[in-house]
Formats: sequence, C-alpha cells, structure tokens
Amino acid sequence: MVNVSDSKNYKVIGTNPIRHDGYDKVTGRAIYGADVKLPGLIWASIVRSPNAHAVIKNVDTSEAEKIDGVFAVMTGKDLPQQEDQFIDHGEGTENVAWSSENIMATQKVLYKGHAVAAVAAIDRYVADYAASKVKVEYDLLDAVTNVEDATKEGAPILLDSLVGDHLRKKVKNTNVASITRHEFGDPDKAFANAENVVERTFTLQMVHQGYIEPHNATAHWDEEDRIKVWTSTQGAFPVRTSTAAILKLDVSRVKVTPLEIGGGFGGKIPVYLEPVVSILSRKSGRPVKAVMERSSVFQASGPAPGGTITVKMGTDKDANIVAAESSIKLEAGGFPGSAVGAAVQCIFAAYDIPNTRIDGFDIVVNKPKSAAYRAPGSPQAAFATETVSDELARIHGMDPIDFRLQNASKEGTRRADGVVFPKVGNVEVLEAAKKSDHWNSDLGTPAKGRVRGRGVASGYWFNVGLKSTVNLSVNSDGSVVLVEGSSDIGGTRTSISMQAAEILGIEVENFRPSVGDTETAGYADVTGGSRTTYATGFAAVKAAENLIEVLKDRCAIIWSLDKNDIDFEDGTFFASKDPELKFTFKELASNLDNTGGPAASSGSVDLESAGGAFGTHIVDVDVDTETGKTDIARYTVLQDVGTAIYPAYVRGQMAGGAVQGIGWALNEEYYMKDDGTQANVSYLDYRMPTALDLPNIETIIVEVPNPGHPFGVRGVGEVPICPPVGAIGNALHDALGKRFYDSPMKPGRILNVLGKISD
Amino acid sequence: MHPFVYAAPSTVKEAVEILTKHGDKARPMAGGTDLLVQIRGGRFDLDMVVDIKKIPELTSVTNNNDGLVIGSAVACHQLYEDDDISKNYPGLIDAATLIGGIQIQSRSGFGGNLCNATPSADGIGPLIVHSTVANIQGESGTRSIPVEEFCTGPGRNALGKGEMLVSLSIPNKGKGFGAAYERFIPRNEMDIAVAAVASSILVGSNGKISEARIALASVGPTPIFAKKASDFLIGKEANEASFKEAAAIAKSECSPIEDMRGTIEQRQHLVEVITLRTLNKSLERIEG
Repeated sequence: MVNVSDSKNYKVIGTNPIRHDGYDKVTGRAIYGADVKLPGLIWASIVRSPNAHAVIKNVDTSEAEKIDGVFAVMTGKDLPQQEDQFIDHGEGTENVAWSSENIMATQKVLYKGHAVAAVAAIDRYVADYAASKVKVEYDLLDAVTNVEDATKEGAPILLDSLVGDHLRKKVKNTNVASITRHEFGDPDKAFANAENVVERTFTLQMVHQGYIEPHNATAHWDEEDRIKVWTSTQGAFPVRTSTAAILKLDVSRVKVTPLEIGGGFGGKIPVYLEPVVSILSRKSGRPVKAVMERSSVFQASGPAPGGTITVKMGTDKDANIVAAESSIKLEAGGFPGSAVGAAVQCIFAAYDIPNTRIDGFDIVVNKPKSAAYRAPGSPQAAFATETVSDELARIHGMDPIDFRLQNASKEGTRRADGVVFPKVGNVEVLEAAKKSDHWNSDLGTPAKGRVRGRGVASGYWFNVGLKSTVNLSVNSDGSVVLVEGSSDIGGTRTSISMQAAEILGIEVENFRPSVGDTETAGYADVTGGSRTTYATGFAAVKAAENLIEVLKDRCAIIWSLDKNDIDFEDGTFFASKDPELKFTFKELASNLDNTGGPAASSGSVDLESAGGAFGTHIVDVDVDTETGKTDIARYTVLQDVGTAIYPAYVRGQMAGGAVQGIGWALNEEYYMKDDGTQANVSYLDYRMPTALDLPNIETIIVEVPNPGHPFGVRGVGEVPICPPVGAIGNALHDALGKRFYDSPMKPGRILNVLGKISD
Repeated sequence: MHPFVYAAPSTVKEAVEILTKHGDKARPMAGGTDLLVQIRGGRFDLDMVVDIKKIPELTSVTNNNDGLVIGSAVACHQLYEDDDISKNYPGLIDAATLIGGIQIQSRSGFGGNLCNATPSADGIGPLIVHSTVANIQGESGTRSIPVEEFCTGPGRNALGKGEMLVSLSIPNKGKGFGAAYERFIPRNEMDIAVAAVASSILVGSNGKISEARIALASVGPTPIFAKKASDFLIGKEANEASFKEAAAIAKSECSPIEDMRGTIEQRQHLVEVITLRTLNKSLERIEG
C-alpha cells in the first residue's frame, strides 16, 4: 500500500474483519431474489420478440388463456398509458414513457427479446408453454445494429416520437437522440501549431456486465391496492420510484424489499420485471414471480454500449499535449440514453490539455436499451485516448508513464467538460506505477511460439455522492443495529459499519448491519457510481456522531451532571471533572433502562460531488502468433482509493474490475447476425474469462485521501474497469508491432492484423 | 419442456425394446450433460428418457493387449484415471481431460459424445485417429461400423430406429504409435472448438510412417476423417517436413462455415496450424 497522506491512527478503518454477511453466503443460506417463496405463489413467463425491429400488428392471447393452470395473461396495453415524464435516479434520468414501452412494447419491438406479453401460471413449465401459445403478428422492418448504419441516409427510424436534440436544435425523423459539444480554448489553432498529431478511429462492440444472478422479481398486489415487491436490485428506492411511476401509483403504495444480489455492475438499476409481475398479480390475485433465462438477460436487460470513437491529440516538440479532440458515438439501444455523457466527462480526464473539443452522440439502434456498466462510457473512452497517448509517447521516444506524468491532470486542472479538479491522485498513481515491481521487472521469455509485450494505460471515474440514510440503535448487550437502504453488492454493510465503529470507538463485530426495505430503512439512492462506502458511509459517520450526543445525554442523567461536563474519547464516556465516573460503550448500553428508553440515532447526507479517482494498469501479454490467442502473463492494478476502509474488499474491487476489462478487451462482444439478432446468448459463447484465463491480479493501493469525506474515501468499484482495454491494446502493440483500433482484440482479429487471414 | 418418463433398464435388450417402442419420443441418456440441456432448450420433445448407466456392460472398460473396449456410458474419468489406458491411447486422453470441467468429465464420455454427433465434438476426432469401431445393437441384432462413418450430419448419426450404441472397440497399435488431439478455443477451458485436429501416426523402426490418421472437427457438418492428408503420410519420413505438407493438405479437406465462433479463413488457417502441432506431438510421444 502506498500511503501518500499523513498516516492516521485508525483502529477499525484499514482492517479486514470477517464480513457480516460472510457465513450466510459461504454456507448458501443467504436469500436471493430467486429464493423468494410465498403462499399461493405462481410463475410468470414473458413472451419476447424474435425480431430485432418490427411493428406489432396484433397480440392474440386467447389460446394461452384457455390452458389449464393459467391464471393471468397481459400485454403492454395493461400498463397505464404514459406521456413523456422524466424522473431522476441520481445516476441518470429516465423517461417513464420509454421505460414503460421498454418493459412491454405496445407499438413496435425494437430489439430481439423485447417483451410483448406475459403469462402467469401454476408453475414455470405451464407458464412457458402458455407463453409459447401467445400469437403475435409482426410487420418486419429492417434493423440497424450499429451507430454507423443507424446514422446513414435513409436508415430505418426506430422511434417516431423521438425529437433529437442536435446541439440544441430540434430534429425529427432521426436515430440520433442527442448531440452535445464541449469546447475549450482554441483546438483548431493548437492542432495547426502542434509538432505531432495522431488521429485514430476506434470501434467497440456492445458488452454485458455478466452478473451470475439473472434478473428476478416477485410481487403481490393486495386488496388495498398496495404492492409488495421482492427483488434483487442495486436500489430498492429507485425500484419503488420506477415501479410506481410506470404503474401510475403513489410511491407509498409500493413497498420494495431488496434481497441479496448476485452481482449488478450497473445492470440491476432499471426495472424490467417488477411492473409486469405486479400487473399479473393484480389480475390473478396471487403473488407472482419471474426469473429471467440467461438468454433473456443477454437480449433484454441493459448491456454497455458499443460505438465508434475518434480521438485526435497533438503535442508540441517538448511532448506536452496541446490539443485534443474527440467524437464519441455510442449506441443507446432501442431507446435513448447511452453512457455518452459520462464518456465525455472521462475521455481526457487523465490529462491536462489547454485546448479541447468533445462531441458526444447518443444513437438508438436495434439492440437492448443499454444501462450502466461499471464506470459507464469510461472504458470505451479510455481505449481510444490511451492508445493515442501511447502512440504519441512512442513518437517522442518517451517512456509511456513519463509521458503521462508530464501531461497528468492534478489539483486545479480543468477537466475538458469544465469541472476543476480538487485534490486527486493521478500523479501519485503514475509515480507508484513507475516504481512498481512489475514496471521495473524484465519482460522475461514467453513459451515457444509466443511473443510477449507490456502495455500501460490509465483510467478515470468521477464517482458520485447523492442521498443516503443510516439508522443506529443500541442493544442492551452493547451491540449496535445498523439499518441502511443501500444494496450491498461489494461488502458495504461492513465497510459502512466500520466507519460508525471507528467513530464510536468499538469493534465492528458489535454491529448487526442490514439493508432494509423501503419501509424500514431511510431513503437511499442506488448503489452505483461507487458511492455507497463514500456516501452511506458518510451518513453512518453522522449517525454515529449523533449517537454519541444521545449517549452523552444519558450519561448526564445517570450521573446527574450537565451534558457539557460529559466527554467521549476512544469508546469511553466520562465526566470531565470526575475521572471516577466513566462508562465504556458496552457498560453504558446496559445502563440505559431508566434514562429515557432505548438509544437510537440517524444520519443522512445529500452529497453533490464525490472524490474522482484514477487508476493505472500494467499488463504483460503472451501472444501465439499462429493462432492469435492472447494470454495475460502478468497484470498489476494501481489505483488511488482515497482511504481503503476494508483493504481486502478494495483489492477485490480492483482485481474484479480488471478482470471484466480483460474479458472486454479479448473476447466479449454481442455477436450480431445479419438479421439484427444476437447470436451468442449463453455464457458458453459470450466468452467471459474463467479462472484459468487469468493470472493472479496484483494490486497496489494508493491512498490520497478525499478531502470531502471524513475518512478520505473516494469510491473504488468503477475505476478499475477503465484502463484494461487500452492497456491490453498497448501491450499487444509492444508484442506484435501492430496497433489495434477495434475491440475485442480476439484471436481472429489478431490473425487478421498480422496478415495471416484476410477477414 | 413437458413431463417425461425416466426409465432405467438393466439390460441392453430391455433398453432397445423401449427405444424401439417410443422411436423419436425417446432418447438414451449416458452422462446426460448434453441431453438434459437439449431437452430444456426445446431441441427434443421427449416422452421417455432412457438412462443406460444401470446396464453393467455399458459402464465397463475392458483393456488388454489387443485393445480397449469401452461401454457407451463410460465416463471420461474412468479412462484418464487408468495409467495403462493413458499410455496407449494418448489421443483419447487428450480429449477426455479437456471436455468440460471435472464435474462434466465425471459424467460424460465418448459414447454420448459420439451419438450427439456435433461437428465440434472433442471426442470423435480422437476416436477416428485411434481406428475405433462402433458396436451397435438393435432389435434385429448387432452390427459394427468405423466411427468415421457414424456421424451423418450435425446432430445426426447412423443409428436406426431402436438402435443404440453399445460399445467402442479401439485397437492397441503398440510400440511406434503416437496420437494427439488439440483444439483451438479463445479461452483455456469451458469452450467449444473454433477448429480442432486429432492426429495419429505409426512409425516403423526405419523411421517411416506405416499408418497415419488425421481427423478434423468444427470445420464441417460432421467431424471429418482427412483421408488425403492421412494417406499422404504413409511411407514418408516422420519429420516436420512431411507433417507440414500433410497439414497443408488437411487444410484443403475442411469445409467450415462462418459463425460467432470464427470465420471460414480463420478455421482453415487453424486446421493447418493444429494439424502440424498434433503430428509433431504424436511423434514426440513416440520418441518420448
């Protein structure tokens, strides 16, 4: 660990206790969404479009309704009609009209797998059989599945209702939902005066988060018109907001209970099944459950956009980057809302560049509506920027880390879209990379028939703050119940409790933390934007500080003193004027009975910003030049995490992000057939890396504390997926002497770039 | 998927009776690692699944100097956990150790892999280069055919109504025999071959090749016995130069398609690369 700050003497922060949810998860007792069982529960099956683009002429459910064991059948017309209405989830806004149409189409299907009807039946098999008997008539349309085809003259238009915002001009009859421009300085003049200019165009394919647990939802619509929903989600409150909006109900009519979640990475923020099982429950009077098949997860959830990115960068004779320009075209999927806005914010964030222009294009195509995926938009952007940066470093004959250091953004640097950086750790991370064992080790000799190369790349994610609440209550045995509303994907129950424990001066093992439902926990925005340990942790700090005040009051009552004469230090309450009068936290907890009832507190935050963070990755690749296969020989992740609350989790996030990025770089892609449908809808053919495809991922934690958090937390989960695609591309260049501008850099593409095959 | 009856006969005769009676509505199940997935995926609409693992002769292995007979429900691990078999049948062992993972290898075997008849089957090429004969039993008796004639199309095989594969007979070629199987996958496990090649050679004391067999997978509608490349090697010196020529001929004998797993040209290229690699490995195994 590289600690750049003045080292603080924490007792709990920085340790690796046994996680509170550990035993249940290791023994298989933890309850996930698919485990939900209720009296009278029936199953839903969704009827999905086999076509990528078509008008729905007719949906005939009559035959399905006649089947024994079928309780209810619905179509998109059973969802309330919606006008355009935008709701804010903190991480992006949502147009309810489009969300509703995405959940179940009434007019057109916009991608294969788009839901058009649903059936609820006594069991899963009857439901599937009945769903197969729903007859849907389609008028087929041509499909467009990439940004180039979607923007060609005469391309089929996906959404008649879409009015594009093209640099603030309203445009109809377009697939381009928005065009934005961020310009600073005079890039044209700076390029004209530059010594070296490199301009490249990159293509990327749609990829999926690849969480193991499929989407699921169970709902019961009761006689009082109240809906109870059980689901695996990144945010129970946003599910409540979306479900209520789509069903046109007050939020108080919807109660969402989040279950344990088997991975999300951004993909479990939108709702897909919750409104559907709610309507089926209303129609049948039974609780209804749905669990997606894996093929539906691929085709009908929210993957990350592919697209086309052009990056142009210019340097002066001293290797200073003087200008940068980019055009980022990302595929939103069937409805507007790709990650292009975030890509714009991230694309040049690692560099201090005086003249910039960034154009962002949000383009609808006949693919599932894209959703967040771990630092949405930033990995795509980093592939482009980090490749061009590597080329410029080579032109100047410079070590690529030195080139990055010379041009690194730091405190006070203006990010291309206008934000001025507070204290950030970009330079510290690059310096740590330069000193790392990996960067200073010999490349070594690969196996016979293979060539080895080393690459480096940086990445950035801004992280987010938003709203969180933590409630604490003290048990008489000295334990503390902590209830919060942030779904725990990465061990946050423990990392949040640790922050409260540090303030209270007690061990985190004394905490009983849980993620509450929307009627138990205080409001929390999504677990996303790497915000939970930062923002919900911040709320826990406030709740703990408030609890100390409550407990000081109790001491004052017990000792008949003025509250101002009670002090607290290191987990002990004492009378400042009488050292004999003192309570440990535990002693006080057992003496609360006649002091005014149980002690409890609350803390909440609404944080406008967070601590943005940088990472740099170093990778050695071995390439079999006859088959085009790449193996990762060594991989090191360096990242500024602010302060590592639970270092083992932090390392896990760093390694996990790198692994997803490795898959993205080498094999993962939505392989589209000519008819606009995805061919590889199973994990067999989607080809995520398995344990045998990966080395031990080395992690070096760099700590440049975030001045905006009591313990300096920045947020960890997203940064590590940003550098890998670029780092691996740069390593392949080092090994093969050829540049890669298209992802994934799969074996066939490598053979092609090497000139061994022509397609 | 609709409910089906599970039958577990204890004799081949009984199994054949059930299969004859139900025709297309019944399938024999060995390891079930393909069949159960196919039923769930809607590929077969079955009334009857006939578990053949309760028939003793179908799960037994007989190994002697003349050769190896493996029942059609023998699982991969039964072969690679036997040192004698591992020594004499290296091509089979290459496949047995890379099909699926350990859990799959504990259930699945060559019999099911052959009957499933996918173009990418890891087991069939090695069976071909080990000169395997498939022993079949039906209502009207038994018959035997070379494995290279067993697959008739993607997912289709030479079994008639009510017929089932009983065993595979594999000759022991003895000293001077080497074989190898390799597949190309972009990952290191849990994947389907983009292209795969099995090779075997029998080399005399004069250093010349007296028998050679090369089989290709994932590059045609069925696993392909590359006869021209195999015949070319007979009488040649067992060395890299001969192998290179054979590899180029093998490339001309495949007829791949383009799909999500690879392009035509990529697969043709890989056939040449892997043929050379497996021939070299076969020779190393003879010399080693």
